[in-house]
Amino acid sequence: MDTRKKIQLGSFIIAGIFAVLCLRLMQLQVLEGDKYRKLSEGNRLKIVSTPAPRGIIVDRNGVPLVNNIPMYSVYIMYDPAKGVDTETLASFVGLEKQEIEAKLSRKDNSPFVPVELKHGLSFQEVARLEARRSDFPGLFIQTDVGREYPFGKVGAHIIGYLGKMTPTQSESPEFHNLPPDTLVGQWGVESLYDSQLRGVAGGKVIEVDALGREQRLLRDKPAERGKDITLSIDIGMQKAVEDAFGEKAGALVAFKVDTGEVLALESLPSFDPNQFIHGISSEDWNSLIGDKHKPMMNRALQSQYPPGSTFKIITAVAGLEEGVITPDSKVNCTGGISYGKWTFGCWRHGGHGLVSLHKAIRESCDVYFYEVGRRLGIDNIYKYATALGLGSDTGLGLQQERQGLIPSTEWKRSKRGQEWYLGETLNAAIGQGYVAVTPIQLALMTAAVSNGGRVLKPTLIKDPKDIQQRSKIDLKPETLQLVREGLSAVVNEEGGTAGVAKSTIVKIGGKTGTAQVVGKNKGLSGEKYIDHAWFVAVAPVEKPEVALSVFVEHGGHGGSAAAPIAKKAIEAYFMNKGLGKEKMDTAKVKAAVSKESDNADR
Amino acid sequence: MQIDRRRIKNFDWITLLIIIVLTLIGVMTIYSATRPLIGMGGQSDFYMKQLIWLALSIVALFVITLFDYIWLYRLSYPLYGVGIVLLLVVLVMGKTSMGAQRWLNLGLLSFQPSEFFRILFIIAFSSYLSTLGQDSTGRIPLKGVIVFGLLPLILLIKQPDLGTAILLLALFSVLAISKGISRKIIVLALLFGLIAIPFVGHIFWDGLKDYQKNRLIAFMDPEVDPAGIGYHINQSKIAIGSGELIGKGYLNGTQGPLRFLPEKHTDFIFAVFSEEWGFAGCLSLLGIYLVLFLRGLDTAAKAKDEVGRLMAIGITAMFFVYFVVNIGMTLGMMPVVGITLPFISYGGTSLLSNFIAAGILISIRTRRFELFY
Repeated sequence: MDTRKKIQLGSFIIAGIFAVLCLRLMQLQVLEGDKYRKLSEGNRLKIVSTPAPRGIIVDRNGVPLVNNIPMYSVYIMYDPAKGVDTETLASFVGLEKQEIEAKLSRKDNSPFVPVELKHGLSFQEVARLEARRSDFPGLFIQTDVGREYPFGKVGAHIIGYLGKMTPTQSESPEFHNLPPDTLVGQWGVESLYDSQLRGVAGGKVIEVDALGREQRLLRDKPAERGKDITLSIDIGMQKAVEDAFGEKAGALVAFKVDTGEVLALESLPSFDPNQFIHGISSEDWNSLIGDKHKPMMNRALQSQYPPGSTFKIITAVAGLEEGVITPDSKVNCTGGISYGKWTFGCWRHGGHGLVSLHKAIRESCDVYFYEVGRRLGIDNIYKYATALGLGSDTGLGLQQERQGLIPSTEWKRSKRGQEWYLGETLNAAIGQGYVAVTPIQLALMTAAVSNGGRVLKPTLIKDPKDIQQRSKIDLKPETLQLVREGLSAVVNEEGGTAGVAKSTIVKIGGKTGTAQVVGKNKGLSGEKYIDHAWFVAVAPVEKPEVALSVFVEHGGHGGSAAAPIAKKAIEAYFMNKGLGKEKMDTAKVKAAVSKESDNADR
Repeated sequence: MQIDRRRIKNFDWITLLIIIVLTLIGVMTIYSATRPLIGMGGQSDFYMKQLIWLALSIVALFVITLFDYIWLYRLSYPLYGVGIVLLLVVLVMGKTSMGAQRWLNLGLLSFQPSEFFRILFIIAFSSYLSTLGQDSTGRIPLKGVIVFGLLPLILLIKQPDLGTAILLLALFSVLAISKGISRKIIVLALLFGLIAIPFVGHIFWDGLKDYQKNRLIAFMDPEVDPAGIGYHINQSKIAIGSGELIGKGYLNGTQGPLRFLPEKHTDFIFAVFSEEWGFAGCLSLLGIYLVLFLRGLDTAAKAKDEVGRLMAIGITAMFFVYFVVNIGMTLGMMPVVGITLPFISYGGTSLLSNFIAAGILISIRTRRFELFY
């Protein structure tokens, strides 16, 4: 081969190698360029999310029901290849070695995602950690927004609590943009209005160098604070209810009659939402769930019992509306009536003598209402009970509600396959037998009777913009007037069954009730077999603003066990409201004064 | 020695222009690669130093072209002797940097003798081969193999300067083939080498420094340890790939200044350039180099004598080997060996020696029509 040819060959080799280099460049820069561009951005950019402060929940008088508190967690950027001295680390963060190892070796840990070692450190612990943090590269402390519930158990079923997302929640689209350790509402209003309270987390995009040192802030999107929520409840009223119940279990639900606002909703015994802030331990959770007093059960929505004599309000309304009685109709109560081989007794064994509607309500005469029930028939009672909101979900939305039960001939035929007996009508007329209600239904019914027959959709928000009406039944004003007078008499007249509820602050009307506990008649005794006590109330009775129901588990008689609680709750509401009004008036005066002085300056 | 008009007319301005343009692209890229982090002091003076070296190098190049390369031929053996001595000196009293003794401290400046040794080697070996005559084709005498092959190779591996050693092997083969060593012998040698690899492989492996072993492992599998030994290759590929079609724009690259890329202004400067200028920029740069290499070969073809032809081939091959190994390394196609990109990487000695080599090349082309005196 001569020289020239060799040189030519050399040129071809050079050209060939150039072609290879160009192809490689094309592969990296053109075909895979996008991938490498992302990798270089990933190298360079650190994205730090800034948590949004959660909206504050206040009661109708502006009292904060929750506080945002800083909450510290310690994390480690763990590299399995490099390993870590778990023993020293354990003493360092104040955990057991095994706990740390368990956390680091969890299967769902992904590389480059920090592992949470401990949650909810105190400020002192954080200070101690910060001082020695350089001993453990990769360890860092994250500050999150936590919650504190200053009223503890009071109103806990309404306010609720926060917790880490459950696996189901992290899958759901509602939470899809949230970091895995975000605290979200798990109960009560915290859960119901979570999307509003949550706010939008902000983020910082920071350019970092190869050693992770921050170079400059490229973008800073501030966190959007969550919306504050003003609840319709009056925490003072809730507190009064909790105090009045003492050790008893039960529930109270109070509505604002014309708007459907929930003024109070207590279920006792309650739980302390502060227990959940740092993530409740499984022991504590099991003891809450296993507690025989069922603190996690919302009795206001989930207790379902016969309403007892409080149901006589329905029977009275139905009787008047259907024209089977007039205010002057009289029934002679001799302590009971016989029907076939059964005897239906009045609670007063001696009888009430000649009874009109007013006296029947005041003294809760069973015989009078047996007669009204007999004249109406069960289907008329069904018509008015359901029209006034019983036997169906109220639509509060806080939790699953129980439906209650208002029986009818149709119901018995389809569900039991049996004929309806007149005796069952008599039992239903005084709120016993098949009839079952929840405390919230009974409170809503009382509100409906007080506002002219409108069944409103309950709301937990103060001054709702649109008041949703679930149903309306046209009731004659005279009917309503007569029922109101009857309710007033129960509390305020001699011989009324709830004289203890008489208040000097506001004129209260109400109706007592007792739900019989099965087994009592069989001669069994003990607290388990004491009757449940009911009381429904309205105030002021002339022009009702508040309607409520009280339910006391094994409380005995409604007049003695439930009525005093209703009285304290109503008094607390009107006193708080008075105070609020006074405050507002002072502010108005001040504003007027400053306006005047402004004018004088000109 | 007079400078006549013919010599100015025949002067290889194109090669000179190409290497100056390449060096200026280098200065620009060095500036970008070493620009400071925000709030971390001012611009470092690497680019300024490189500019000063460029000026010195141009002067050196003109001085070289003033002399006929016949003087290099005549002085080749003494010069080669000096080169070998320098390699010995560096072994005995060299300054250690990154686990290797390559630098010689001369008070004010320190320099790498191997940078100049490679040129002395080309001159001497080309001269030696040209004395063998056309009729002795087929083999190189044993003493030639020892003096120009084994001796420098051992000295370089001892430093260790793997890059220059590989270059020397490549130049030895290229020059031997150009001279016309029989293909049979070369094929036999290659076969022998291939068979020998499994036997001497572990000896070779044990002789490597740890960082050299790591580089080889990382080349085989960069994902082995992305933050460790595979780091250089991965970050280099990220820098180049992220340039995409037209680059991020001058002074907008991030891999270098944010220190993700190691040796950003020396060995990995091509990655910095690629990130900012993209595929389009890379093709243009490669195009300039291609012209340089093809013109080098053309010079060889036009050289008036055999020693000129062999020197031109040696110098062109040297530039090309450096270019391919460096670019191949930054592209993740070859293991990381500390080899710079000719004319573009930062480094004074290297730039000066490359300009001297280019000066010889220009000298050969300029005197292509002249006869021996």
